[in-house]
Amino acid sequence: MAEYQTHQHDVLVIGAGGAGLRAAVEASALGAKVGVVTKSLLGKAHTVMAEGGIAAALANVDSRDNWQVHFADTMRGGQYLNHPRMAQLHAQEAPARVRELEAWGALFDRTKDGQILQRNFGGHKYPRLAHVGDRTGLEMIRTLQDYGVHRGIDVQMECTILTLLKDGGRIAGAFGYDRERGHFRLFRAGSVVLATGGIGRAYKITSNSWEYTGDGHSLAYHAGATLMDMEFVQFHPTGMVWPPSVRGILVTEGVRGEGGVLKNKDGRRFMFDDIPPLYKDQTADNPEEGWRYTQGDKNARRPPELLTRDHVARCIVREIREGRGSPHGGVFLDIAWIKEKLPDAAGRIKKKLPSMYHQFKQLADIDITQEAMEIGPTVHYVMGGVRVDPETQMSDVPGLFAAGECAAGLHGANRLGGNSLSDLLVFGKRAGEHAAIFAKQNGATSVSEEQVEAAARRALEPFGRSSEEGPYQVQRDLQQTMQDLVGIVRREPELNQALGAIEKLRNRAQAISVEGNREYNPGWHTACDLYNLLTVSEAITRAALERKESRGAHFRDDYPAKDEKFAKVNLLIRKGAGGEMKLEQAPVPAMPPELAKIIEEMK
Amino acid sequence: MASATFRIWRGNKNGGEFKDYATEVAPGMVVLDAVHEIQATQAHDLAVRWNCKAGKCGSCSAEINGMPKLMCMTRLSTLPLNQPIKVEPMRSFPLIRDLATDVSWNYSVKTQIKPFRPRKPDTPDGTWRMAQADVDRVQEFRKCIECFLCQDVCHVLRNHHLHSQFIGPRFFVYAGALEMHPLDDENRLRELRDSQGIGYCNITKCCTKVCPEGIHITDNAIIPLKER
Ligand SMILES: Cc1cc2nc3c(=O)[nH]c(=O)nc-3n(C[C@H](O)[C@H](O)[C@H](O)COP(=O)(O)OP(=O)(O)OC[C@H]3O[C@@H](n4cnc5c(N)ncnc54)[C@H](O)[C@@H]3O)c2cc1C
Ligand code: SF4
Ligand code: SF4
Ligand code: FES
Repeated sequence: MAEYQTHQHDVLVIGAGGAGLRAAVEASALGAKVGVVTKSLLGKAHTVMAEGGIAAALANVDSRDNWQVHFADTMRGGQYLNHPRMAQLHAQEAPARVRELEAWGALFDRTKDGQILQRNFGGHKYPRLAHVGDRTGLEMIRTLQDYGVHRGIDVQMECTILTLLKDGGRIAGAFGYDRERGHFRLFRAGSVVLATGGIGRAYKITSNSWEYTGDGHSLAYHAGATLMDMEFVQFHPTGMVWPPSVRGILVTEGVRGEGGVLKNKDGRRFMFDDIPPLYKDQTADNPEEGWRYTQGDKNARRPPELLTRDHVARCIVREIREGRGSPHGGVFLDIAWIKEKLPDAAGRIKKKLPSMYHQFKQLADIDITQEAMEIGPTVHYVMGGVRVDPETQMSDVPGLFAAGECAAGLHGANRLGGNSLSDLLVFGKRAGEHAAIFAKQNGATSVSEEQVEAAARRALEPFGRSSEEGPYQVQRDLQQTMQDLVGIVRREPELNQALGAIEKLRNRAQAISVEGNREYNPGWHTACDLYNLLTVSEAITRAALERKESRGAHFRDDYPAKDEKFAKVNLLIRKGAGGEMKLEQAPVPAMPPELAKIIEEMK
Repeated sequence: MASATFRIWRGNKNGGEFKDYATEVAPGMVVLDAVHEIQATQAHDLAVRWNCKAGKCGSCSAEINGMPKLMCMTRLSTLPLNQPIKVEPMRSFPLIRDLATDVSWNYSVKTQIKPFRPRKPDTPDGTWRMAQADVDRVQEFRKCIECFLCQDVCHVLRNHHLHSQFIGPRFFVYAGALEMHPLDDENRLRELRDSQGIGYCNITKCCTKVCPEGIHITDNAIIPLKER
C-alpha cells in the first residue's frame, strides 16, 4: 500500500501562475479554505516570463477604445471560433481586473497625466496593453503572490499532481508527490481548479519551460472532461534562433509595438507583400504610415508587422523556405533602425525593452540598439484546452474548473498578444469564485483507495524496470516528431505518420526505467510528465488531422483555404469507454444578435 | 567541437562530493545547457532547478567557480575552459540534493513584512494618478527575480547564520520597494531596525555585485532605509 500525507481543502488550485493565484485569492476571499500546489517554486510559473503586457480596454491612451472594440478584435483574431460569451466577459471585465492589480501594489508605466500607460500589440486596434517595460508578467505574478501570502492560502511548492480523484461523477481531490522528497500527497477537496498552463514541451523549439507538459489538459481528459480546439497551437513569430542554445527563447512582440520591423536578407519589409483581406482596411500600406502608428498617431493604420501572430509566423516561414532568410535560418527583426527617426533611439530602446536588450547582449553578443536580431517562429501558447462554461469556468466534470492557458474558448483559432494575462485575471477570478461556491453547496466527498493505489503504482513503475532507455530520449524523440510532423505547416500523410510515431513512443515510455531514488530526481519527474505529454500530443495531432482547412494557427498545406463548413465547428476530444481518444465536431456556440451587431459594426 | 569538464556537486544533506563530467561545447552555450546535457546523457537524476532559461525567473541560482550566478545567463565563453568548471549549490541554504537547495526560509521571511497599504484613491472612479518618475524609482527594486543570490553571498547569513534576526538584502529591497511605493502609507522602519536586522548590514556591497538584475541593493535600498 502506498504511503501518503493527506491534506483537506474546500478548494484545491493546481497551478500558481496568474490564473491559479487569482483563483486562490478569490476563493479565499469568499471564505473557502484554499490550497495551491505548484510544480516549481512560487513566483516561477510562466506568468513571470510574460513581457509585453495585459490587454484591457482602459482607453487611457486612445479614448476610442472600449470593451466592444476589444471584443471584436479578439473574435477577429480567433477567426470566430471563440466562445462569444467568453470574449465578451473578458473584454468587459479586464479593465477592472487590471485596476485591482494596481490597488494590490502593481506599478504600471504611466501616461503623461499619470494613468496606466498602454502600448500597441498585434491585432489590437488601439494601444491597449498595460505594461511595465518588458517585464509585465513579473509585476503581475509578484503582485498576486505577495497579496496572496497574507490571505492564509496554503501553498505546497514543488509538488506535482499525478491524477485527479473522483467521487462518483464528481471531483473529489487530487493525488501527487512532492518533488523534493518524492513522498506522495493526497489532497481532498470539494472542488478543484486547474490552472496548469500549456503544452509547449511537446515541441523541440519553444518559448516554454519544462513545466509545460500539458498536465492540466491530460488530468482533465483522463478524469472525463472534454478538450476543445487542440489543433490550435500558437507559433510566436519571433523566437531567438542563434546561438543554438537559446533557440526558441521569446522576443516580445513589444519590439514591433515600439517600431521594430521585419526584413529578409535582401532588406525587404516582406510583411507588406501579403496582407489578409480581413485586415486590409486596418493596415498601413506604406512604411511611413506604419511608423507613425507606432508613435501614437491616431490617424495612422498599424504596420503589417503587427498583424496577428499566425499570419506573421507563416510569412516568416515563407521567406525562409524561399531562400530569403537570415544566415541561421530566421529573418531579421530590426529595432535599431529607429535611430533614423529619433534622436535618442538607443536610450529609448533600453528604456522600453530593457530585458530584450539584456537578453541579446548577454546571450547572443548582439546590441539591439545597433544591429538587427535574427528571429524565427517558436511554439508559444496553446489555444486549445479544457472546455468550460463561460460564466463559471466549470468543465463537464462537476466540481472541476479550469482557467488560464489550460482552458479553451476565449481565443478560438488564434490568441492575440496580451489577451492571455487578462484571461488569467478575468477567468481566474471567476473560476475561484465558482469553485468556492460549488464546494460550499456540495459538501464533503470521499475517495476510494483504489484510485490512489493505481496512480501510485503507475508513478513508481519505472523504478522497478531495468531498461536501457531513460525518459529523456523518449521526450526528445517526441519533441522532434511533433516539431517535424505537426508543426506550423501540416499535411495529412505527415499527421498520420505522427500518430503512428506517438503510439510507438507510448510503448517506449511504458518500458523506460529511471535511475536513482525518489529524492529530487528529475529523471523520474520527466518520466511522470511523459504520460501527459503523450496524451496532449495525440490530441493535437488528431484534431489537426480532422480540421481539413486552414484557419488561424492551424495551417494545412493540403487544404490551404478556409472552409465554411469548418467555420462553424469546434473540435472536441473525450476519452472513450475503452480508453481510446474520441473526436467529435460540435457547432460553435450561437452568437447573440447584440454581439453579432458589434462585430458587424467593427468590420 | 571543443569539450569541457564540469565538476558538479552531487549529494544531499547527508553528504556528497564533486564529480567530473565531460561534455561537448557548442557556440553560445551557457552553464545550464551543459548541466542539462549531462543530465540527459550521463546523470539522469542530477537535481537542478530552472524555468525560463533567460534570466527572468530566478530559479537556476548556483555557485559557478565560487561565484553566485544564474546558470542560464553564464556563457561558457566567459569561463576558463582549460580547467574544470566547478558548479555547486548555493551554500547559504540547506541542501536538498545536488544543485537544488531549500530556499523556503526566504518565503517565510516575506510574510513578516507588512503588506502594501495604499492611500485613498485619487479620483472618484477609485484609481490613482502617479508620475512616471515616481514609478521609475521603485521599478528598479521591483525588477527583483527572487533568485536569492544576494542572500547567498551576504556574510551575515552565509558566515554568521543570523537567519532568525536578519532578513537579508533581498528583503531590504522588498521593504524598500514598499516604503518608496508612491501609494503606500504603511511604515516598516521600526521592524527593519528592531527585528529584521538592518543594523547588521555593514555595507560590504557583496550583494549588489552578484545581483543579476543590476539592482543597486546597497546604495539605493539599504542605505536610504538605514538613514530614514
Ligand atoms: C516568454 C513568454 C512571454 C509571454 N508574454 C505574454 C504577454 O506579454 N502577454 C500575455 O498576455 N501573455 C504572454 N505570454 C503567455 C502567458 O504568459 C501565459 O499564457 C500565461 O502566463 C499562463 O498562465 P497560467 O496561469 O495559465 O499558467 P502558468 O503561469 O504557466 O502557471 C502554471 C502553473 O501550474 C503548475 N502546474 C502545472 N502542472 C502541474 C501539476 N501537474 N501539478 C501541480 N502544478 C502544476 C505550474 O507549476 C505553474 O505553477 C507569454 C508567455 C511566455 C512563455
Ligand atoms: S551590503 Fe549588507 S546586505 Fe549586502 S552583502 Fe554586505 S552586509 Fe549583506
Ligand atoms: S535583489 Fe537581485 S540578487 Fe537579490 S534576489 Fe533580487 S534579483 Fe536576486
Ligand atoms: S532559468 Fe530562469 S533565471 Fe535561469
